[in-house]
Amino acid sequence: MIINMGPQHPSTHGVLRLEIVVDGEIIVDCIPHIGYLHRCFEKHCEQMTNYQQVIPYADRMDYCSAMTNEWAFALAAERMLKIEVPERVEYIRVIMAELQRIASHLIAVGTYGIDSGAFTPFLYTFIDREKILDLFEMTCGARLLYNYIWIGGLSHDLPVNFIEQVMDFIRYFRPRIKMLNDLLTYNEIFVKRTANVGVLPKDVAIHYAVSGPQLRGSGVNWDLRRDDPYSIYHKLDWQPQIGKGEVGTVGDCWDRHIVRMREMEQSLNIIEQALAGLPEGNVKAAIPKRIRPEKDAEIYVRTEASRGELGYYIMSDGTASPFRVKARGPAFVNLSVLPEIARGGLIADLVLTAGSIDIVLGEVDR
Amino acid sequence: MEFIQTLFANQLLVSILLSALPLVFIVLMVLVVLYTEMKVAAHIQDRVAYMRTGWHGVLQPIADMLKLLQKEDIIPTKADKVLFRVAPFVAFTGTYVAYAVLPFSSMYIGSNINLGAFFLVAAGSLVVIGILMAGWASNNKWSLFGGIRSAAQMISYEIPTALGVIIVVMITGSLNLQDVTKFQDGGIGNWIVFGGPLPWTQKLMLMPFTLVTFIIMFVSSIAEVNRTPFDLPEAESELVQGFNTEYSGMRFAMFYLSEYANLFTVSAVVVSLFLGGWSSPFASFMSGPIWGIFWFVAKAYLFMLIQIWLRWTLPRLRVDQLMFVSWKVLTPWLFVCLLAVGFILVI
Amino acid sequence: MSALGTYFYNIFHSLYTVVIGMKITIKHLFTRSATVQYPTVKMKIPERARNRLFVNIDDCIGCDQCSIACPVDCITIETIKSTPDMDLGMTSKNTKKRLYVPRFDIDIAKCCYCGLCVWPCPTECIVMTDVYEFAEFDRQNLIYSFSNMTVEESAAAKERLEKYNGELAAKKAAAAAAPKESPVASISTALVTPPPIKPEPPAAEPNKG
Repeated sequence: MIINMGPQHPSTHGVLRLEIVVDGEIIVDCIPHIGYLHRCFEKHCEQMTNYQQVIPYADRMDYCSAMTNEWAFALAAERMLKIEVPERVEYIRVIMAELQRIASHLIAVGTYGIDSGAFTPFLYTFIDREKILDLFEMTCGARLLYNYIWIGGLSHDLPVNFIEQVMDFIRYFRPRIKMLNDLLTYNEIFVKRTANVGVLPKDVAIHYAVSGPQLRGSGVNWDLRRDDPYSIYHKLDWQPQIGKGEVGTVGDCWDRHIVRMREMEQSLNIIEQALAGLPEGNVKAAIPKRIRPEKDAEIYVRTEASRGELGYYIMSDGTASPFRVKARGPAFVNLSVLPEIARGGLIADLVLTAGSIDIVLGEVDR
Repeated sequence: MEFIQTLFANQLLVSILLSALPLVFIVLMVLVVLYTEMKVAAHIQDRVAYMRTGWHGVLQPIADMLKLLQKEDIIPTKADKVLFRVAPFVAFTGTYVAYAVLPFSSMYIGSNINLGAFFLVAAGSLVVIGILMAGWASNNKWSLFGGIRSAAQMISYEIPTALGVIIVVMITGSLNLQDVTKFQDGGIGNWIVFGGPLPWTQKLMLMPFTLVTFIIMFVSSIAEVNRTPFDLPEAESELVQGFNTEYSGMRFAMFYLSEYANLFTVSAVVVSLFLGGWSSPFASFMSGPIWGIFWFVAKAYLFMLIQIWLRWTLPRLRVDQLMFVSWKVLTPWLFVCLLAVGFILVI
Repeated sequence: MSALGTYFYNIFHSLYTVVIGMKITIKHLFTRSATVQYPTVKMKIPERARNRLFVNIDDCIGCDQCSIACPVDCITIETIKSTPDMDLGMTSKNTKKRLYVPRFDIDIAKCCYCGLCVWPCPTECIVMTDVYEFAEFDRQNLIYSFSNMTVEESAAAKERLEKYNGELAAKKAAAAAAPKESPVASISTALVTPPPIKPEPPAAEPNKG
């Protein structure tokens, strides 16, 4: 029987259509249909009058994790133009990106709870996320789509009591992670639902070019912040979290979930270290008024966004607006593995598997 | 009950009045339970629920019911017309007839039949038919899933329920719910969950088994009502609304009403079998026919609170895990309890 | 662990984790809720908040920088050059205004609230306020017109400009056609250039300014 888990559905995280071929309750095949949220991001970039105007558009690609999107694009433009940013900018960018990673993982964890039937952790994670969004609003004025990380620096310097508020948040959030683990992660019903479900073997993950927490959940020790380092990550002390199959097979949904929970703790460590080592300085580098790269310059830069390897390929034709921008969205590539891992499971498992991939349709469809 | 019959000469009128009484009770109770669920759920989730209709939202359930009443009754074109229309009422009937045998107080019981407990278990199966009809007649694959899952679930969980009833019946010796409650009269120590009014040696040996039976019956009663963690038939994240998807307006309200009425029924059954029904926990203090109603409703309400608490804490079980729990955990343990209780009662 | 042992362990472990979960939720049942009951209570907006745009049109010099910087092209500006005899006043930064701005429309429905228009403004006349409650029933009401010139005023300004341009063009044409009258110029031309052979056409009358 062919069933449509249509674009409007309470648990496909966004407008995603899954065409499921089902035999009783066992899934025989699952075909994702995407494109419902395509907004012509790459075409828009070609129409912009300068590179700085692309940043608000890059925000809106993965709207749950906007800082990392902006950073990747700014990094690409800066490397193409060979701009050096001040040290302070690097530290602040790291703090913002890690705060954003926590916020994004909170959404992932909360909605994963709803997928499995527990409605309460969602509300708790969103209360925590409000505090992060308040921090962002204090700094740059917006809660979700920031336009903060500019090419050559940042739009604003940190406000007056930002550091104290971040330290307060860290103190507040550590026990909340433990509470979330007690409520959801180690709950036996949740474990039984997610262990040995949607198993993504190591070699399949690597062949499909999966990245981010999904790849690390399958036991692959690969994190772009350590293996292809950018900014100051090599100076900070933190560990990528790997799934070890503690309650089931390596690479099942529970592993991906616990990787996200543990990554939030690691992000707290990174933020603490970055705050401790924050130097003084300017937050805007000296960049030319008209950003004009040389003709036929092209560059591909990849960063570790919340969902995986986010890459931007920019090609310039010598004018002030880019000739071609291509965004490699991690959610798009991660979603491609869904038919492989959903096969053989039940429909209830499909919901949990799709939720554990943590897609944001803005990034899948761009 | 007899004095009401002396008031009106017409037997038919009396029967109709008496059978309408639980309906009034259901409607009032549903309003209260809806409000409780809303507020408890909200405060568990660190938010406030409705605050603007009436003081702190007390008029919201009435507003909800009014809204459902005035909605358009949409029937899908390809739906099976007769079954679609009849399904909600079959489900509600199955719930409603169970109210006939609930012992609300020593003076009032709808129908004092000698097969009370057995009747309850049997009437509960009518709800399954209603849900299956709804799932099939909706002409929607997701509703079909919901209906079939629900049928499987309810049938499997009737076994632990029936076994629990048998264990209590073994101790009390009667299927009549009024007699079971009278058996437990006289204070908290006489409740069956603590062994019943038996000599203390037997009581001590019985207590662990009755406690386990009580917990298992409570769990299976949650499954009978389709509430989390067993709410697959209406799993919102998977099946939109399960067998409810195509229903709107008053028909949906019927399903909703029957869900909450069922909630009360199973809580009431557990209460009257194990926790002394309408008898007061303090032997003769605060006891009497009118107090009986208060104790009965209060104890059932306490169990509904616990069910609401569970709903907002736990994720839901998958179909095969649900079956596993029913057949491989609840039923074997109940068989063990059955044997043990029978053995203890004999020696 | 044997199969039976796993079975018992699973049951008790499930009950244990369920009880832990229930303990957490019951604790939250009695803690204060985090809801801010809008609209009776409103949260404080931070200083840097980016909400509705506002333009102080008296300060606008019509440089068009904000319109160029906008990524979604929601600002439409039309300007008319002023003639030298009109005084438009000074901006708050004490620069002279030289352009009339008859049209300054912001389609706030298109605006993406990025704030890129605020940075290039030389007089800081376009700012992002803290107003976030500006919903309208009609979409046309979301096109904000900040200009304070009436239709007659802008028509008059345009007319003045055309007239001035016309006069300027005529003056230029006349200056190109008439012989140079200044002594320096006549001496230099007399010394350097040979006298013309053909008779010259008669000199044109100098125009009235």
